[in-house]
Amino acid sequence: MIRIDAVTKRYPDGTVAVDGLSLEIPDRAITVLVGPSGCGKTTTLRMINRMVEPSEGSILLDGQDIRQQPVNTLRRSMGYVIQNAGLFQHRTILDNIATVPRLLGWSKQKARARAAELMERVGLDTSLAKRYPYQLSGGQQQRVGVARALAADPPVLLMDEPFSAVDPVVRKGLQDELLRIQDELGKTIVFVTHDIDEAVKLGTMVAVLRTGGRLAQFAPPAELLSVPADPFVEDFLGADRGIRRLSFFPSTELELHTAPVVAIDAGTEKLASGGEAAPCLLVTDTDGKPLGWGAPDDLAAGAIDRDRLLPFGRPFVPGKDSLRTALDGAVLSPTGWAVAVDEEGRAVGVVSQQMIGEAIRAAHAEGRPDAKAAR
Amino acid sequence: MSGFFDIPSDLQHSYLGLIGLHLREALLPVLAGLLVSLPLAQLCVRFRWLYAPVLGLTIVLYAIPSLAFFVVLIDYTGQTETTVMIPLAVYSLVVLVPAIVDGVRSVPPETLAAATAMGFGPVRRYLQVQLPIAVPAIIAGLRVATVSSISLVSVGMLIGNQGALGNLLNDANIYHRPELAVTSVLTIAALAILADVALILVRLLLTPWMPRKGAVR
Ligand SMILES: Nc1ncnc2c1ncn2[C@@H]1O[C@H](COP(=O)(O)OP(=O)(O)O)[C@@H](O)[C@H]1O
Ligand SMILES: [Mg+2]
Repeated sequence: MIRIDAVTKRYPDGTVAVDGLSLEIPDRAITVLVGPSGCGKTTTLRMINRMVEPSEGSILLDGQDIRQQPVNTLRRSMGYVIQNAGLFQHRTILDNIATVPRLLGWSKQKARARAAELMERVGLDTSLAKRYPYQLSGGQQQRVGVARALAADPPVLLMDEPFSAVDPVVRKGLQDELLRIQDELGKTIVFVTHDIDEAVKLGTMVAVLRTGGRLAQFAPPAELLSVPADPFVEDFLGADRGIRRLSFFPSTELELHTAPVVAIDAGTEKLASGGEAAPCLLVTDTDGKPLGWGAPDDLAAGAIDRDRLLPFGRPFVPGKDSLRTALDGAVLSPTGWAVAVDEEGRAVGVVSQQMIGEAIRAAHAEGRPDAKAAR
Repeated sequence: MSGFFDIPSDLQHSYLGLIGLHLREALLPVLAGLLVSLPLAQLCVRFRWLYAPVLGLTIVLYAIPSLAFFVVLIDYTGQTETTVMIPLAVYSLVVLVPAIVDGVRSVPPETLAAATAMGFGPVRRYLQVQLPIAVPAIIAGLRVATVSSISLVSVGMLIGNQGALGNLLNDANIYHRPELAVTSVLTIAALAILADVALILVRLLLTPWMPRKGAVR
């Protein structure tokens, strides 16, 4: 565990970048430092690998003051990823990734073999191994940055706005990849960002810093969204924190209606009876995959016309997706009903906005959101 | 035709011998200049305030006419190649020091931060990160220094026989053989161009990592 203990950083010009900060960073989890630009996130991160020395206070790694080991030994035990990757432009991708193993004295061959292994782990095609950084896209460079940080298998990973400079689609891919890698490797990650959505998505714990380098709140993201400590945090979370908080409630409890789901080859009788529960019927193909919504009268008249069905919006997977995804599906659906599907995409039922609303109220009444539903 | 390469005996060298001498007198000073500039430039990068005075000093030195250098040096090193080469080495600093300083400073701050964070000490960081990335700038400086040095060697004729190919200009005058002047000028120009091309090739070899024109991403 990394313990930041009453740390203050005053730069020579008098700027107080971090002010009396204390944090306990849990092992094998992602701790996010989030806050507006200039609030001391980078300074805090850099104090952990001693690129910046605190003016006051101390930082402990597994109970031992980080000043007790040689600075380069400390740094080689902590991967570091930054915005724009900071790759060595004069080295190939493979040699970039092999940097720290080489510094640790591994043979060139062993270091390169390890580097190739990491390329696969971060989703890079090994055919890129002999390329140079300028030949890669921003997103690929960032993956190389992550692979390079992981190369010597350090227990700790420090990440400073690693995904800020790439476009939103690529960023989402990188975030998902990081979560996947973290599931496999279980590193102690300290992740800096100014993007609260990124913080909520990635963080097991989120530390919100305010300008002047003071801690505003340190909590799991779901708690941050439900009980912000003060107006600053509330403001920083943005206007739709109620909706975003739904990400943390599982959709397992939703009661699904199966009657309005009919296969395209169902008999007219079935079509007529399905219409009682819902204003529309969800028509599926013979495999059970949703095709679209149809009015019961039209359907009963025996005129199932695939082209005249209304689009069914974005379906959700009960148990896997959160209430937020379910609500989103209902809001997007022209009928106001969300479609639930199984992992194979077969319709398992439908649920209305109203029913989702009831589930939300029930979940709130029960209190604690489920952190696992976040993603 | 043979008149062009019929070198007067007072020069004590064949045509090829003169070329060898000329190259030695031109290139050794640049090499010496490079060896002095590298640590000097690193000091200027490390202590920012040092750069302006160092640069000023190299400019002042550059402004001193070679004849003045010769007058002083001749008491110590005599009418030798060394007397010609010392001022040439000093002159090269005016190009090489700023070229290396700019090159080393052109390394992106995030690259330096990444190197530090990965546990590079200052020396290793200089040798393995800053210097290699500065290579294109350093070679650009070397190209200017080399070409100007090749042309400047000729002033060696002021102290007797030390101007290598430049001495042919003097001989063209005293023996009334203008073709020797043509030989001198054309050969010096050819050497300058060849040296420049060689440096470009060296850069291409050392920097496979630089974006090339027309390269595919
Ligand atoms: N080397 C430095 N010298 C003086 N002030 C600095 C230095 N580095 C950062 N600062 C100042 O410290 C504050 C916090 O900076 P930083 O930690 O980079 O913030 P963040 O990463 O949250 O944007 C800012 O006001 C910044 O201007
Ligand atoms: Mg920052």
